[in-house]
Amino acid sequence: MRIQCEHLSYTYNAGSPFAVNALRDVSLTIEEGEFFGILGHTGSGKSTFVQHLNGLLRLPSSLKKYKPKKPKKGETPPPAPVLRVGDYDLTDKKTDFRALRKKVGMVFQYPEYQLFAETVEKDVAFGLKNFLQKGEKLSEEEIKSAVSDALSIVGLDGREMAVRSPFDLSGGQKRRVAIAGVIVTKPEILILDEPAAGLDPLGKREVMELLHNIHGDWCKTVLIVSHDMDEIAENCTRAAVFSEGTVAMCAPPAELFKNAEALLSLGLDIPLTAKLVLALKERGIDVDCDYTTEDFIAKVLALKGGRA
Amino acid sequence: MKEVSFGQFYPVDSFIHRMDPRLKLVFLIGFIVAIFVANSFYGLAACAGVLILIIAFSRVPVLKILRAVKGILFLVIFTAAINILFHTGDHVYWQWKIFCVTRGGIIFSAYLILRLVLLVVCSSMLTYTTTPVSLTDGIESLLTPLKWIRFPVHALALIMSIALRFIPILMDETERIKNAQKARGADFESGGPVKRIRAFIPILVPLLLSAFRRAEELGDAMDARCYGGKKRTKYKKLRFTWRDLVGFLTLALLITGVALLRVYVGDIV
Ligand SMILES: Nc1ncnc2c1ncn2[C@@H]1O[C@H](COP(=O)(O)OP(=O)(O)O)[C@@H](O)[C@H]1O
Ligand SMILES: [Mg+2]
Repeated sequence: MRIQCEHLSYTYNAGSPFAVNALRDVSLTIEEGEFFGILGHTGSGKSTFVQHLNGLLRLPSSLKKYKPKKPKKGETPPPAPVLRVGDYDLTDKKTDFRALRKKVGMVFQYPEYQLFAETVEKDVAFGLKNFLQKGEKLSEEEIKSAVSDALSIVGLDGREMAVRSPFDLSGGQKRRVAIAGVIVTKPEILILDEPAAGLDPLGKREVMELLHNIHGDWCKTVLIVSHDMDEIAENCTRAAVFSEGTVAMCAPPAELFKNAEALLSLGLDIPLTAKLVLALKERGIDVDCDYTTEDFIAKVLALKGGRA
Repeated sequence: MKEVSFGQFYPVDSFIHRMDPRLKLVFLIGFIVAIFVANSFYGLAACAGVLILIIAFSRVPVLKILRAVKGILFLVIFTAAINILFHTGDHVYWQWKIFCVTRGGIIFSAYLILRLVLLVVCSSMLTYTTTPVSLTDGIESLLTPLKWIRFPVHALALIMSIALRFIPILMDETERIKNAQKARGADFESGGPVKRIRAFIPILVPLLLSAFRRAEELGDAMDARCYGGKKRTKYKKLRFTWRDLVGFLTLALLITGVALLRVYVGDIV
């Protein structure tokens, strides 16, 4: 499913003294099959944007009580927002948002805090049972095997884990269980809000690895929100940079990090590889790489070999 | 969810906002006394006049204040109706069995409505213009005399302010967990009562766990900073200023005024 978003704006607590313009005129298209990154400072609107994609935040026009406003005379109305995910038109009241949520899985920040059931198996099966259509039934066996599949793709032993309490697990394990609880329904698009936040470096690497395992056969499109530049540089096909509620840049990482100054001026960091490229440039050495560690090392070694 | 910011504090900077919370609390109590001492139209009009001045100086929009009144509308109508129907006296306009509408009853009800509205508006002015934190500070300071009989005033105030501080945090948390479960297909809107209550388990369990976790963390953090020493100083000291003097004089004038009216002008009707 393709995500198409145009002129999306969102204000929290509109019309009160606490109003916050979290999104201003955001336009962004994400193709099916991408491993897409969303970058940006804290408070730049990343979470607000992704919560629109599965209808947790709604456009006014998709709400029941919405009445279209008549434009004032002499004023050109702002362009109407467009938000489509596959065949779902999220600006439309008639859209079935539950069906959409089955197709667009969302892993929130610190998802381990949403675990609630007595056993890992029950917790992971929660979404599976919720999304059953009317009249549709799954046997115990089917549920067991779906849960076990989901647990094994996030790198846990399904048989051993299933009967344990989710509250007795380690932090990293809890997070995997929570991710399993979302992907168990095989959503076409998987969105993760800062999936590696608060983990140690090894835990981070493992989470990114499991996302690569999921990407492709299990979930066609993966969207990660992150402010870890290395994570984006290593993993994403494309990334968008949010800044104060707007999309400041959108490009593949190799292009994005070429423009290091612009990122730095937005108050963002750049990946370690980009820092090294800059440092080498100052010493008069040009490295032309795509900013993944592997490619960087290969290019530097090639340069060295060339000179030696 | 975010709309009901707790305590309804309305964040602008005004004369009333800057007043000392203690003075505002005392003013509210004094004002309630004045409302009930006043037993003539002029007395209540004086109270209303003072309240209108407060509203004008607080820069809180009138619409917000009307919303507070809307909350007690039912109560007001109900009490007024009862009073009209059961008040006995002469000048009977209408009678049926034990119900009757008299001139006295109508006037009495009108006064009652006026008093209730004044009461509610004045107390909501307090919460609109005072943050919950400074309100607890004020209460703590006013309750200081109870320390002499070993009443744990400070602990009480601390419990109050922690509870108030945690309400918005827990509300945020509820919203977040609710969204996370909705993303997993949870449905809170359909089904019978039993199903709806059961639907809240996936919210309640994580919420309770996180509340306990937060409480524990807060306790540890307070311990780590040696909370519980004998003498505590305050970051924000409450201080009387000229504004509070103005407030105090207004209150004194109001109470004297309505008392004099009661003595010299006399009863309602
Ligand atoms: N539930 C909410 N109510 C009010 N304001 C919010 C809420 N959630 C986020 N905001 C505000 O919206 C802005 C964007 O927030 P968010 O999308 O969470 O940013 P990010 O995920 O990039 O850190 C911030 O200024 C934040 O304070
Ligand atoms: Mg966020």
